[in-house]
Amino acid sequence: MTLDVYVSIFMTVVIAATPILIAALGELVVEKSGVLNLGVEGMMLCGAVAGFSIATTTGATSGGYLAGAAAGAALSMVFALLVLSLSANQVATGLALTIFGTGVSSLTGRPFVGKTVQRLGPLFPHPLSDHPLLRALFGYDAIVYLSLVLTVAVAWFLAASRPGLVLRAVGEGDAAAHAIGHPVIRVRYAAIAFGGALAGLAGAYYSLAVTPMWADRLTAGRGWIALALVVFAAWRPWRLLAGAYLFGAVMTLELQSKAAGVGFVPPEFLAMLPYLATVVVLTLIALRGAGGQRAPACLGKAFRAGG
Amino acid sequence: MPFKLEPRREPNRTMLYASPVIAVALTALAGLLFFAALGYNGTLAIYDILILPVIDATHWIDLGVKAAPLVTIAIGLAIGFRANVWNIGAEGQYVMGAIAGTGVALHAGGTEGAWALPVMCLAGALGGALWAAIPALLRARLKVSEILTSLMLSYVAIQVLYFLVRGPWRDPEGFNFPQTRSFTDVESMPILIDGTRLHLGIPIAVLIAMAVWVVMSRTLVGFELRVSGLAPNAARYAGFREQRTVWLALLVSGGLAGLAGIFEAAGPFGQITPNFPTGYGFTAIVVAFLGRLNPLGILIGGVVLAVSFVGGELAETSVGLPSAAIGLFQATLLFLLLGVDMLVWYRIRRIAPAIAPSAAPAVVRSAS
Repeated sequence: MTLDVYVSIFMTVVIAATPILIAALGELVVEKSGVLNLGVEGMMLCGAVAGFSIATTTGATSGGYLAGAAAGAALSMVFALLVLSLSANQVATGLALTIFGTGVSSLTGRPFVGKTVQRLGPLFPHPLSDHPLLRALFGYDAIVYLSLVLTVAVAWFLAASRPGLVLRAVGEGDAAAHAIGHPVIRVRYAAIAFGGALAGLAGAYYSLAVTPMWADRLTAGRGWIALALVVFAAWRPWRLLAGAYLFGAVMTLELQSKAAGVGFVPPEFLAMLPYLATVVVLTLIALRGAGGQRAPACLGKAFRAGG
Repeated sequence: MPFKLEPRREPNRTMLYASPVIAVALTALAGLLFFAALGYNGTLAIYDILILPVIDATHWIDLGVKAAPLVTIAIGLAIGFRANVWNIGAEGQYVMGAIAGTGVALHAGGTEGAWALPVMCLAGALGGALWAAIPALLRARLKVSEILTSLMLSYVAIQVLYFLVRGPWRDPEGFNFPQTRSFTDVESMPILIDGTRLHLGIPIAVLIAMAVWVVMSRTLVGFELRVSGLAPNAARYAGFREQRTVWLALLVSGGLAGLAGIFEAAGPFGQITPNFPTGYGFTAIVVAFLGRLNPLGILIGGVVLAVSFVGGELAETSVGLPSAAIGLFQATLLFLLLGVDMLVWYRIRRIAPAIAPSAAPAVVRSAS
């Protein structure tokens, strides 16, 4: 019986961690290319509402995930156009993207408030997926495994592939990369599109699996936590995985304590936990001196090839 | 591409001031098309949102009431943005200011003294500044990004507010509603014209704008802040300390946001309720950019955004436009503004059909 509870809690942690992991992986690739996109929260919200609306109207939950990723990618292209082609300030444009995404999602999401959606079933077949113990490993939907595959893929891509090397070169020294003939702007467009698609997918996971429902500002700052996670992970995919599960645990702690009715802690203090944890974690990382130095050298700086 | 962007030697002054106007016009056009596409009466919606509040004098006081907190917050934010300090947690400092000021009122025990409101306002400014001091300390000492910490602390501040109004500060005579008791007359912002909502916070916002404009353009501190943002290396060479800039920018912006918070609580709200965080702290970011990060420009920017708020409510009743549409409208304005701003720093050149290949590609960075 107690074992069953532990397994359930573990699974909740994994599910809570998955969207932040996906969004943070996308942002990590974007930042490695030298671009800071602060619009993760806005893209997640748009992904969440796009995924939910497609899934409820067509009945195809997997179609919802595709729609979420597409919405995130589409929105990210607005950001890319402004910061890459029009050299707009990245911080300001990213903030605008979040405000914009919040507005778009609450406007388009209004007809979907209060509706329900069919969750994606477990990926693995029956005896594995509902085994009392093994379900902790095999009991999730496809997106959870996709997030792990994506972690491996991004780690490999950045460390061992040639396009990954070009992407890192663009992020570490845009002028040098340009001089030896790499298309800096095109690489960054691609990175931003990838980051947008993953943010949208992460948002869709929120509305289609974690909650699963649509409500205004559903993601409640998780996009910002994903941004903080990239700093926490010092731009390394494997540490991102650890960080996401740590935050998944913090969020689960909040939910579990609320459900268990821990009387002496007001619910508002539990609700603060993920945000306070983010500040604390960023502080600890900085105290260890592991933060800033690992940031891509061109992060947040505009680049323009002149002739 | 037959066109290319060519950097200007110095920013184009005309475009600097023309671009917000162009952006507002483009946003109106985009809004018209978008609202029409959603099935609303687009022309009427845009007329109500942008024109009606300006030409109908009955809305002018509402414009002031809406613009005052936006302007007060945005002026502080702009000081930071100019110095490359990105305080995006003004919403939290605004909430903390209201909490600190309200705390003074609630714990002073229903005093009749004329000092009540000034002390509340002082507490409000201090509350906001202290809340901003956390990201300031972390950035100045440990180089932790103030963008993330200030924003995270906004969520924390809002939860603190929920806790207080549902718990210890709940009005015992409030029929169990989560809200504080109403402020007494001496605890409320004075109304300047009887029977209207025109409160003291509105002229104060204008005074703050003028004072900050003088400080930023005419004093060494203002120069220091501007140089720190434009040319960090030059600022270091001149002996301006980055830490000082960070502290100054965050404490001032936090203090002003806190002041706006207590003005709102003791003014239009008259108490604190869970609906108190209305997003002014985020909208103020749009105001700061629309006002060209210049205190006097921000006065105009604040009025423009106030027009869209008041007009949004009008459009809600006239054409049934949902209130979320206004947030979208304001974000579109910021997007288009940032896009049009390109014309400040670059000129568009037609590329001649044949160009001699240059020896080596050169790289130009824009100031960012």
